[in-house]
Amino acid sequence: MTIKKRFGSSNCEDRCDCLFALPRYQARVEVQLRPSVLDPAGEATRSAAARLGIEGLQSLRIGKAIVLSLEAADAKQAEAQVGVLCDRLLANPVTENWSISLEELQA
Amino acid sequence: MTVGIVVFPGSNCDRDMAWALSGILDLPCRFLWHDTTSLEDIQAVVLPGGFSYGDYLRCGALASLSPLLHAVHAFAADGGPVLGICNGFQVLTEMGLLPGALTRNQNLHFICEPCELVVSPGSCHLLKGYGEQERVQFPIAHGEGRYQCQADTLSELEQNGQLVLRYGHNPNGSILDVAGVCNRSGNVLGLMPHPERASDPLLGGIDGQRLLQALLG
Repeated sequence: MTIKKRFGSSNCEDRCDCLFALPRYQARVEVQLRPSVLDPAGEATRSAAARLGIEGLQSLRIGKAIVLSLEAADAKQAEAQVGVLCDRLLANPVTENWSISLEELQA
Repeated sequence: MTVGIVVFPGSNCDRDMAWALSGILDLPCRFLWHDTTSLEDIQAVVLPGGFSYGDYLRCGALASLSPLLHAVHAFAADGGPVLGICNGFQVLTEMGLLPGALTRNQNLHFICEPCELVVSPGSCHLLKGYGEQERVQFPIAHGEGRYQCQADTLSELEQNGQLVLRYGHNPNGSILDVAGVCNRSGNVLGLMPHPERASDPLLGGIDGQRLLQALLG
């Protein structure tokens, strides 16, 4: 918005929009405990599922999903940024793995 | 000579710690709000127990990015003593000052009870007041205190004598009964049990006093 105000003319506003609007992406991050890490909450839920009479349930692991949207130059950059976020904040590499699925949002 | 007690939104053992330090042991201390950046005149830093940021995302994860903890990184690198208790231990692992992670107790319960600990002080400065294999009693109060780390890290920690505190009777499923870990250079200690709750004679035990005294000792 400040950029538009500085230039003033409607012509320039159009140009600024086109220069500065970056594509938007939606990322869905899934964080799961590593297979080697015991998931006591998952185990307890599996036992409860068995009490429901559900048969054949082999395993149940509980993770979390984080949905975010961001602006980036392209899909590669968006994925790289979300990757850094996963490594540094969303997941703990000692106990968790993560995966990203990314889609471009229409303007 | 002052101990700095870091206060995050959701810390709840900060005042217990201040009472143990200044009320019981007559050691000067002051609170440090997590949003500040200065550790001027601070000789030792304590990260107290509680639920920093409501344990959102993972215990200790959001606190580990607080502005003050940038300064604590540098402070620890310079050899300054840093003690993390319970949630403070979780924060130390999240900020990478200690290896490993604290995960959900094996039996899923929040466990609040006195615990016998076996001390192996090795080169940990903060445990220098305890004898090798001395048994002490500190209470625990946590839902996510099960220490875990990768196998190669664990053998490294064991070889270097960094597994300085172990449970006499493992309450939470921690690997090798680990209750507390120190860093390689011995100035950063994280533990799940609460030494500040084993410092007031009124509460039935004072085994924690020597640990707190070592902060300025």
